[in-house]
Amino acid sequence: MSEKGNGGFETVAERPPQPPDSGAERRPRPPVKGPIRPYGDTTGDGMVQLSFTLPMPHSKIAEGAAVQLANKMGMDPALVVHAKQMGEGYTFFVVYGRVHHLVDPSKVEVVERDFPLLTPQEANAAIKRRLRRRLVVVGGCIGTDAHTVGIDAILNIKGFAGEKGLEYYRELKVVNLGAQVSVPHLVERAREEKADAVLVSQVVTQRDAHLLNTREMSAAFRESYPPDRRPLLIVGGPRFDETMARDLGVDRVFTRGTTPGEVASYLVHRLAPPPADQSARKAS
Amino acid sequence: MAATTRRRTGKLDLDPATVRKARSLARTVGRPIVRIARQHTTVSVERATLRLAGLAGADAEGTPWVNRLVDVVRADVGLEHGVALPVWDAVRRGEGADLRELAEKASAGSVRFRIPEGPDAKRARTAATRAVGAGIRRIDGRRRERERLIRRIGDAPATPWVYLIVATGDIYEDIPQAQAAAREGADIIAVIRSTGQSLLDFVPEGATREGFAGTYATQENFRLMRAALDDTSRELGRYVRLTNYASGLCMPEIATLAGLERLDMMLNDSMYGILFRDINPTRTFVDQRFSRQVHARAGIIINTGEDNYLTTADAVEAAHTVTTSQLLNEYFAKEAGLEDWQLGLGHAFEIDPDIPDSFRLELAHAMLARDLFPDAPLKWMPPTRHMTGDVFRGYLLDGFFNLVGALTGQGILLVGMMTEAVVTPWLSDRDLALQNVRYVMNAAGNLREDFRPEPEGFIAERARQVLAETIDLLEQIAAEPGRAPLLEAIADGTFGLMKRPADGGKGLEGVAKKARDYWNPANEMLEAR
Repeated sequence: MSEKGNGGFETVAERPPQPPDSGAERRPRPPVKGPIRPYGDTTGDGMVQLSFTLPMPHSKIAEGAAVQLANKMGMDPALVVHAKQMGEGYTFFVVYGRVHHLVDPSKVEVVERDFPLLTPQEANAAIKRRLRRRLVVVGGCIGTDAHTVGIDAILNIKGFAGEKGLEYYRELKVVNLGAQVSVPHLVERAREEKADAVLVSQVVTQRDAHLLNTREMSAAFRESYPPDRRPLLIVGGPRFDETMARDLGVDRVFTRGTTPGEVASYLVHRLAPPPADQSARKAS
Repeated sequence: MAATTRRRTGKLDLDPATVRKARSLARTVGRPIVRIARQHTTVSVERATLRLAGLAGADAEGTPWVNRLVDVVRADVGLEHGVALPVWDAVRRGEGADLRELAEKASAGSVRFRIPEGPDAKRARTAATRAVGAGIRRIDGRRRERERLIRRIGDAPATPWVYLIVATGDIYEDIPQAQAAAREGADIIAVIRSTGQSLLDFVPEGATREGFAGTYATQENFRLMRAALDDTSRELGRYVRLTNYASGLCMPEIATLAGLERLDMMLNDSMYGILFRDINPTRTFVDQRFSRQVHARAGIIINTGEDNYLTTADAVEAAHTVTTSQLLNEYFAKEAGLEDWQLGLGHAFEIDPDIPDSFRLELAHAMLARDLFPDAPLKWMPPTRHMTGDVFRGYLLDGFFNLVGALTGQGILLVGMMTEAVVTPWLSDRDLALQNVRYVMNAAGNLREDFRPEPEGFIAERARQVLAETIDLLEQIAAEPGRAPLLEAIADGTFGLMKRPADGGKGLEGVAKKARDYWNPANEMLEAR
């Protein structure tokens, strides 16, 4: 089976099996240095579990097919411990087995989000402690776009993807202006409300209207505010590119799949940062 | 589930005087709202009236003809008289052969509407009554059809009815999924709506294949799914019920379409749109009353949305807001003509499993709902907030959720998925979830017979405490100033932490205070019971 295993790992020396801890003398394990394998009940045993469905009725052949899949995924030996037919043409399998792959934590590269993700409680606490007042967010859809689904998913308490919207945050004051808000009206309301941040959504657009609208919006805010007083400008929508913030004259662009929690965390990161990080606000 | 007067035989031996007091407070708080609902109409109520009269379809841009027609009538003579008189007056004057042609001409700007008087008004009334009456009769016919099908095919074999969700965004994908779910054991199929449909001020038209995390509620989608489930019902020998959502800005129209297409249950909460969607309170209460009258007439069971309170507030601290909302939902529902068997009052298993006695608290809350509403098929909603992605722990939590359901005789059980908050349910997730339900119902479904909480014990005490807090909250609401204390309470942020002023929110521009000569034949027919 040529797919089995991963040739790249074959050269890495296998760690010798280690004796299991004797209950009497438990010492903290040293930090992981070298390559490791999954752990079932013995160091180095490489045991994993897997469940999946194959689109075929249950039979011995189906179980064989399940083993074949597990083998191809690198489990060898693989043991089908449970198989159950569902409806007419599907079978659910649970498979236990050994993998020979080694993973090397020292070679893992992690792309860090440039701001920490906070729970609503943490976000509220940070705003309360550092801003000592509620943080004001004004949002809406500009231009002719009548699709408030994006801005509502972020702002409405109902939220999105299992996360509550910004209205849910006790320390955020949310003003949702809804659809088809003109740029002058948006600026006016932002001033009235003393907005700390302005959120603009653009969902359905034609011929790059979302880019033109956004540039018009950011220009209007630059014009009507002194540079150090301007609210944080955030745009979002499925057709934006996250790297375009500078080009559009805004502070941040969020794209498809952004959740309210991410937006709230970003607001805290920029407007109520931890003391050591006070410079963040001035950075752009 | 016929309503019978019976002695209170609840498990908790609640003091009947306390229960009466809670209901009477709900009435006190609800009555001024009903008065406001009677004094106003909305664009959606008027559009629903035209839909009853058979006006369907949309123009080339996808704007429904009912929207086009109501907008023009409103621009000409205002909404406050109702659209029935000006519309059928125009038909009678020969401005259009039927409503569709009238709507086309009106949106092209070639019809002027007026409020007819004298004999003209009388003739317009007669024509409108006939046209709208045909829609009401069609709803009546659909109800009889459901009763006949249940008699002939057979009903769900046991309670709780097993409620499963489909949500692909594409009606043609939803149909095979729904049929598969029914074959796997679902008694009720709910088609989740596309995100944000509640904020559309029109009902999309036709079969739809694109939605955001759900499928648009349209008349054609309703028809397609009901027809498919009728086939599956015959195949399985049990009538499989279909659920959708009568909520948001088009609640009256969607309720009407549900009645016309024989949907069996509708999610329909009295305050959900206000609190969670920021829809104007008056708009919501007016629309809700009309939609509940339609549901009452259509024999549709409503499902209320109290579970939402617990997803935003702590499930222990906020337990009494659920009971309060259930009492208000009951009052508004009965006022609109719904009977006990049509009240799927909602509640949910959302207490943090890490707190001590969480299961006993859940049981106390669910038992309180059961004892307060003995003849209502309560809707029991599974854990979502504390489903962490640890699917194994989630599966256990769902088992305990099912056990509370068994112990408290829930009527409708929304099946919990261990992959809640991870993925939309896979085939295997649903199969495992149904095994969980079957195991618990098979093992402990009759445990209710043996189980009665200790009268002075933790559960009974907790239930009494929640009921007392409910009464406190209702008294506090009743003590608010103004002519409609509930509106003040909603504006103060009493429910779900949200402050919703009576003059704010979406859809306010679609509300009109009725003029003295307001007339709507649907109102007359739906009020006359």
